[in-house]
Amino acid sequence: MAILLVVDHDNTSLSEQTAKALTAASLIGDEAGTEIHLLVAGEGVTAIAERAARLAGASKVLVADDPRYTDGLAEPLAALVVSLADGYDTIVAAATSSGKDVMPRVAALLDVSQISEITEVLDRVTFKRPVYAGNAVQTVRSTDAKRAITVRTSAFAVASEGPQVPIVPATTGQHQYPASSLVSEQLAKSERPDLTSAKVVVAGGRALGSAEKFNATIIPLADRLGAAVGASRAAVDAGYAPNDWQVGQTGKIVAPDLYIACGISGAIQHLAGMKDSKVIVAINQDSEAPIFQVADYGLVGDLFELLPELETALASRSATKS
Amino acid sequence: MRILVPVKRVVDYNVNVRVKADGSGVELTNVKMSMNPFDEVSVEAALRLKEAGKASEIVVVSIGPAKAEDTLRTALAMGADRAILVETDDTIEPLAVAKILKSVAEAEKPDLVLTGKQAIDDDSNQTGQMLSALLGWPQGTFASDIEIADGSAVVVREVDGGSRTIRIALPAVVTTDLRLNEPRYPSLPNIMKAKKKPLERRTPGDFGVTTEPRLIVMKTEEPSGRKAGVIVASAQELVQRLSAETGTI
Ligand SMILES: Cc1cc2nc3c(=O)[nH]c(=O)nc-3n(C[C@H](O)[C@H](O)[C@H](O)COP(=O)(O)OP(=O)(O)OC[C@H]3O[C@@H](n4cnc5c(N)ncnc54)[C@H](O)[C@@H]3O)c2cc1C
Ligand SMILES: Cc1cc2nc3c(=O)[nH]c(=O)nc-3n(C[C@H](O)[C@H](O)[C@H](O)COP(=O)(O)OP(=O)(O)OC[C@H]3O[C@@H](n4cnc5c(N)ncnc54)[C@H](O)[C@@H]3O)c2cc1C
Repeated sequence: MAILLVVDHDNTSLSEQTAKALTAASLIGDEAGTEIHLLVAGEGVTAIAERAARLAGASKVLVADDPRYTDGLAEPLAALVVSLADGYDTIVAAATSSGKDVMPRVAALLDVSQISEITEVLDRVTFKRPVYAGNAVQTVRSTDAKRAITVRTSAFAVASEGPQVPIVPATTGQHQYPASSLVSEQLAKSERPDLTSAKVVVAGGRALGSAEKFNATIIPLADRLGAAVGASRAAVDAGYAPNDWQVGQTGKIVAPDLYIACGISGAIQHLAGMKDSKVIVAINQDSEAPIFQVADYGLVGDLFELLPELETALASRSATKS
Repeated sequence: MRILVPVKRVVDYNVNVRVKADGSGVELTNVKMSMNPFDEVSVEAALRLKEAGKASEIVVVSIGPAKAEDTLRTALAMGADRAILVETDDTIEPLAVAKILKSVAEAEKPDLVLTGKQAIDDDSNQTGQMLSALLGWPQGTFASDIEIADGSAVVVREVDGGSRTIRIALPAVVTTDLRLNEPRYPSLPNIMKAKKKPLERRTPGDFGVTTEPRLIVMKTEEPSGRKAGVIVASAQELVQRLSAETGTI
């Protein structure tokens, strides 16, 4: 049977997390001929549907263009997915804040268990997923008739470009769902790469001491590297960095090519969010800090001296390169 | 207004969890157990609503082994009014937990259910959303602020890219994020008082819910480990080595 992938978007562009979840969906539908349908729900989402239709692995794009879905609220979106569920045995979404909001609702309405944040596909019904802040990895097999799955996108590559597939309207009938409404949205607009898709992440911890120092020390280095900025929970709680920069068990899970942890001790909850990065650099004045146990390169010392030095070293390197 | 707060007994967040050598699970014998940190935040949020005169009664419920009574007593010591223990030694998946909580909610008729956004053991992040779907109530997930007024809740949600504020009609389910508040510690006199607060015992069978798992755990293993690398002497050396050895910059 076919697979339904719920597309995550902000009414403007398709989330790269969906392109990664599609890679997972393609692995689930490994038998030749398994169709993967991408559902785009929202208002004025033609451009997003067109983008989705060019992702390799997609068979068809279903568009639900309707004001009920404009605000991305979980209740109407879950009702829509459930109304379409008959033709599918697997329903997938990226484990973004939207996927995590909607998918358990879908699962409950279909009376199936949700398999949260899969990191590996073993076969159509068997998956690996981390538990206990990534300290253990479970292999779970679903016995349900249908599967509702969220995908930990840091574990899968972005689906490549493919041939354009058909875009068709989704059947959107009358659905019953409890009412909710969007009051306001406070979304940071940033030129910076997105934390979950950036190749390089520079992250700061409690050691930064204030929002001013965080901005004066971490940001220039991130700019120099074209990096996204992350933070520990301690730094976020203290107000040095906005909450959606938090990396860890209860924040974002990232796996960039390079993660530079500055003044972060390396608590298990923080490691849970970044230990799958390809290369980890730790900068910390305490040579015993646990972060060094996972770091490929460590620099022991005061970050307020070392980070400017690092920036200078990077600047002179790019000067000699060009 | 009545608030129902589901609280879960989990491995304490300070414990470094180890996988059993035979791959059958994680080592849970003689490991310190505590209330799921998110649930402490939920209890605190409920207490603050009560202190602000917006709630009249706080009922806490836990589904788990007899020992989960400790977790409920902690919630009672923080200030909850009464407790329900749904006793089972089975492993219960979020869907079954949500079904039991639905029955409890139908009996208790709360105006608000406050669950944690996730439990730190299984990290499922499902139960609240499932409960809300089963009850046909609206949901406000990952809350960093809750205001109650005129029969509705205004919830600030932490989402990718920032935050979103939504309005949901009560009754509703709200799942709490850690930044909602700083939970209080129970005082000694309150711990003593909590021992006498009412605690009702039930079983999943009382609610007609079967707890048979839908997911079979085939095996539990250690994550692929990382080894400590090298300590470099200077920022200069770091840049050289990152460039030459990793090609990441
Ligand atoms: C349920 C739960 C969930 C959690 N979820 C998360 C999560 O998602 N993400 C997360 O990050 N945390 C999370 N935490 C918190 C986590 O346990 C740690 O408290 C937190 O990660 C610590 O942040 P930190 O490393 O910045 O601060 P600290 O542990 O205080 O470390 C600061 C480090 O900076 C170093 N330092 C100080 N000054 C300097 C200097 N001038 N130069 C260089 N180094 C310096 C110190 O040596 C120290 O190692 C969670 C906790 C709980 C209970
Ligand atoms: C096959 C399998 C084996 C497992 N083995 C173990 C094990 O050996 N030991 C172990 O501790 N866990 C084990 N678990 C995990 C446990 O059963 C899960 O905790 C349960 O599935 C709920 O998931 P969660 O707590 O991550 O839910 P989440 O959705 O992350 O929880 C969110 C919130 O729901 C509420 N909630 C969740 N569960 C309860 C509850 N029982 N009572 C009251 N409120 C609750 C709380 O408010 C909590 O903050 C296992 C799970 C499975 C599927």
